[in-house]
Amino acid sequence: MRALLSLLRGDPEADRVVPPTGVTASLTVLTAAAMAFLCVFALALSLATSRLAERWDSELARSSTIRISAPAAELEEQTRAAQEVLRLTPGVARSRILGEEEQRLLLEPWFGPDLPVDALPIPRLIEVIETTEGYDVEGLRLRLAAEAPGAVLDDHTRWRRPLVEAANRLRLLGWVAIGLIAASTAAMITLAARAALSANAQVISVTRLVGARDSYIARAFVRRFTLRTALGATIGTAIGMLAIAALPSAAEEGAFLTGLGFQGAHWLLPVLIPILGAVVAFIATRAAALSVLKGVT
Amino acid sequence: MIEFDKVAYSYGGGNLLSGLSLRLQPGSFHFLTGPSGAGKSTFLKLCYMELAPSSGMVQIFGQEARDMTRDQVAQARRRIGVVHQDCQFLDHLSLRENVALPLTVAGRDVAESEADIASLMEWVGLKDQQEQRPPELSGGERQRAALARAVIMDPDIILADEPTGNVDWEMSQRLLSLLVELNKLGKSVVVATHDMNLIRVAKSQVSARVLRIKDRTLQLAGADL
Repeated sequence: MRALLSLLRGDPEADRVVPPTGVTASLTVLTAAAMAFLCVFALALSLATSRLAERWDSELARSSTIRISAPAAELEEQTRAAQEVLRLTPGVARSRILGEEEQRLLLEPWFGPDLPVDALPIPRLIEVIETTEGYDVEGLRLRLAAEAPGAVLDDHTRWRRPLVEAANRLRLLGWVAIGLIAASTAAMITLAARAALSANAQVISVTRLVGARDSYIARAFVRRFTLRTALGATIGTAIGMLAIAALPSAAEEGAFLTGLGFQGAHWLLPVLIPILGAVVAFIATRAAALSVLKGVT
Repeated sequence: MIEFDKVAYSYGGGNLLSGLSLRLQPGSFHFLTGPSGAGKSTFLKLCYMELAPSSGMVQIFGQEARDMTRDQVAQARRRIGVVHQDCQFLDHLSLRENVALPLTVAGRDVAESEADIASLMEWVGLKDQQEQRPPELSGGERQRAALARAVIMDPDIILADEPTGNVDWEMSQRLLSLLVELNKLGKSVVVATHDMNLIRVAKSQVSARVLRIKDRTLQLAGADL
């Protein structure tokens, strides 16, 4: 903490010793701003896909459907048998048979609004809502096969798994992108710090000869690069957040790209970007400076 | 204070210095002479650890140089004032800031030492030039400023590498008198020079030993003068 305060406070006399290098200073600020801007989007992507994955997972996981396809004479009997099985199955909160109107609405996108549902051999559908503990899918399938052979259980796994997996992969890619941005920032800061150290070779040599410790020389560079990075990252983060806020809003069920952004407390997360940027710059510059100084007698 | 024991220094495959044994006592005054390229600057660099010996032992203030950490080297250098031939200033700083540089890098409060800096600038006759940048000064002024920087930390020993190399005779004598004055204050002084006239003048003012680097080793040269 003391080191951090000392870093922020600085030492005007020591700062005078190492002359500022105009070009590297501007480039560091610009690079940090660009990286922070990209980082805001990567974070937004990660959080959006995370929300999406959770929604798909929870919404689809809690419900399933039983489809009963049987000759008209057996349909009612098998439906009753299936309902009885469901009633006795632990983990099933409730079940209900979908009415004709609901079935018509389900088929409307394909067959239009005037579909005579009662005239068609459409299977009977039972919606099953499970408890938070859930039920034993394989056990239910076996019991249905025994009591209602025409009943087929669809727990939506087939649809849910690839969707959730895709969303999770996307979330992972977002975090990988953030990691790559941090690594690229560290690499660029290291190069800039090495350029500045090289440009100040005479200053380093003279200060060493008059008794400067490595930590003293390194501190002058570390402070400058850390503060420049923090400044650039703050600007980039602010612009990124404004850009995210300006994206068109979409309903919850909208495509995920239009739902890109932050919600609630997640708006506070980008505030960490300048802090993390400064930490990356601190570590990168210190490592570069101490490595260069080892070559100076 | 500084002790050499069978020190050798090789460079580019050949021995530049070999078999150097010497003890610099507190309050002593040494001239180091020899032709150009004989190794005078190398000897001084070994004294303030800018170079490490190829073999043998260099002890600085009772500690073997090769065992010192980088922080210990920095600490030891604060007790050694060095006047380089090319002065080694930071051109973006004023003369006063350059003189105060050893205090700054040691973390001392320069504002508290303003009076010392001012009197030191007056002592070397640069009171009116202290806000000027080093490139704006003459060779003699730069050398005197380098001497002021060398003594600002009140060092135990002062090493001067050809301090009169780029100045006229009058300025050489002025610099010499400053070094003699420091020696009379108890500082050890080592001056590398090839100016035999300067050595002769100094011998009349101070009890100095003259060492000559010949055939890669040190010889006492007092009898030659």
